[in-house]
Amino acid sequence: MLIDALIPLLPFAAFLILGLSDWIGRGFGERAHWIAVPAILASMVLSFLAFGAVLSDGPRDLTLYTWALSGQFQASIGIHIDGLTAVMLLLVTIVSSLVQIYTIGYMHGDAGYARFFAYIGLFTFSMLMLVTASNLLQLYVFWEAVGLCSYLLIAHWYDRPSAASAATKAFLVNRVGDFGFALGIFLIFALVGSLDYTVIFAELPKHADETLSWAGIHINAVTLIALLLFAGAVGKSAQFPLHVWLPDAMEGPTPISALIHAATMVTAGVFMIARLNPIFILSPTAMGVVAATGAGTALFAATIALTQNDIKRIVAYSTVSQLGYMVMACGLGASVAGIFHLLTHGAFKALLFLCCGSVIHALSGEQDLRKMGGLKDRLPVTYRTFYIGALALAGIPPLAGFFSKDDILLRAFTAGGTGVLYWGVGLFTAFLTAFYSFRLIYTVFHGQPRATPEAMKHLHESPSVMTVPLIVLAALSVSVGWTGLPVAGWNGIEAVLDPVLSPAGSTESDSAFVIPLMLVSIIAAVGGWMTARAFYVTRPEWPARLAAGAAGLYQLSFHKWYIDEFYDRVFVRPTIRIADRLWQGADVRGIDGIVNGVASATLAWARGMRRIQSGQLQHYALVMVVGAFVILTIYLLAR
Amino acid sequence: MAPLSYYVVLSLLVFLIGVIGVLIRRNIIVILLSIELMLNAANINFVAFSHYLNAIGGQIFVFFVLTVAAAEVVVGLAIIIALYRSKGTIDVEVLNRMRG
Repeated sequence: MLIDALIPLLPFAAFLILGLSDWIGRGFGERAHWIAVPAILASMVLSFLAFGAVLSDGPRDLTLYTWALSGQFQASIGIHIDGLTAVMLLLVTIVSSLVQIYTIGYMHGDAGYARFFAYIGLFTFSMLMLVTASNLLQLYVFWEAVGLCSYLLIAHWYDRPSAASAATKAFLVNRVGDFGFALGIFLIFALVGSLDYTVIFAELPKHADETLSWAGIHINAVTLIALLLFAGAVGKSAQFPLHVWLPDAMEGPTPISALIHAATMVTAGVFMIARLNPIFILSPTAMGVVAATGAGTALFAATIALTQNDIKRIVAYSTVSQLGYMVMACGLGASVAGIFHLLTHGAFKALLFLCCGSVIHALSGEQDLRKMGGLKDRLPVTYRTFYIGALALAGIPPLAGFFSKDDILLRAFTAGGTGVLYWGVGLFTAFLTAFYSFRLIYTVFHGQPRATPEAMKHLHESPSVMTVPLIVLAALSVSVGWTGLPVAGWNGIEAVLDPVLSPAGSTESDSAFVIPLMLVSIIAAVGGWMTARAFYVTRPEWPARLAAGAAGLYQLSFHKWYIDEFYDRVFVRPTIRIADRLWQGADVRGIDGIVNGVASATLAWARGMRRIQSGQLQHYALVMVVGAFVILTIYLLAR
Repeated sequence: MAPLSYYVVLSLLVFLIGVIGVLIRRNIIVILLSIELMLNAANINFVAFSHYLNAIGGQIFVFFVLTVAAAEVVVGLAIIIALYRSKGTIDVEVLNRMRG
């Protein structure tokens, strides 16, 4: 249907209008949202219509443009909407709409107001094109495009050195993963000769036993493909060991953290694994790597989140941890559960980030937990919505996070083999998640105010243009989990996603385990909650005592397991040193030396030669006479 | 009738006087006169060889050379006057603005 094309093109039109008008010098300035917000709202309405149409009529296809056509090879740009795409469209457009409305209040008075809206439009367009791709080329192009938008928006305040370097870091770390992703796509093309999803899914199983050999290393071709593709997801979805860019990306404005670095772009990796599920299923080895990476990241990031002091960084590490859950689910063959968690996480994590933004806004830019506290009566709406977000994140029933997280844990438990181990890791992570969620609540909103008197004087609840999106997201954080109740006939999310992700048959879970496992997860979540309550409300001396008692572990967590320091030593500094050598040695001495050498040799030669030019007419005449005589002599002698 | 070699030697001497004059004199007018000497050395050669070879073309050539020489003197003197008006001198050693 042609109207589907408007879903991504409306935000793109907003980007073009805002960007071009700014460029020709007649910018919209403080009125930029009058272009951006209606465009995304219309796009959201169309997404709902498309979702409804997909539910009733099945998948829809629209080819917009044939990009390249060469022999057997064909690459086109189009809009392919099936169950998986439709829910992603809803997530992206709803969160993007709410974030843009929130931005009106949050970025009010910012010098780059119109530019900010323009880039959000470009991002939304790219993300929508990414999820609606029906071939790997389109997926890859927009995969890079969302990365570019992320870079541009992290560096929104580009005059801050920290923001500029965080943006560069995000871009460079993503390059590492994207390099693998590109290689994986090349390898698929080499084996199958097509980039179309349907062709790949049909053809690749025939190559399942092919082995690639190079320099004595033998590896199964499909396993290698899956691992290379997964490298892309590791970069984009901030999995260990490429997670380092995401916490730093918090240098960007908070609406960007909510939209790009929590709800949508970072989930592109999970989306890609789910989308290319048929490839991953062919390789049990790759699935094992995916699941282990996801589980490891979930636990690892949660342990870091325990001790951080920057409010946004805690939520960022929590995002890394939750993405780990989703990746783990995909690795265990439970893509439906992974996508379900992606959706609920999109709602409550966007909510948490926007709440953080509201708190930061109220405290005139303060992000340090140690300078907050006692805000609950002064920021009533933010407090309540933050509480709902934290409950959802912690997995307290009946909020959204509970059902999706529990679905993942259930799938892990019933996966067989090492599944129980993954379940254990997931459960412990759930405990940690509940702990740090409520640590945030108690240190930010309860206890004594620790902000400076100056900041307290300016303290105010955010305007309604900011609180209304919070309330809507809070409502979603409560309710969106009910679309996936683990009861036969009530599980809407499986009804939508199963035809796409598990065409072999329903993944109906073993209902005997549902209730006992739920009780165990509730105990873990409530346990984390109560521990946080004990630490930060009833026994405030405990955290310091524990930090002193287990100083090694505390330092390990506080310094983020020294990963950044390790990368700095092993990759960053040697690279800078080599670059410095190349600059000073090869470039300045070598290349510049040759160029400047040629120039100065010419100059010296010319300095010598100009002495001949005496300006004396008679010298020239003498040279002419002597010359004529010499030439004549040679002529006569040689004859 | 004098042999051809006399004329050639005379022509050579006049030409050398002209060359040396151009090379060593500092007054531009004298340099111009020396150039005229060189042209006339060529004319002597033309006439002598014309007579010796019995070809009248050489003598016709002399008329052209005389015409060109007259025109050249006119232009040369005009330039010298202009030069004197702007520089106040016609000494070639002083006129060295083109030195590198």
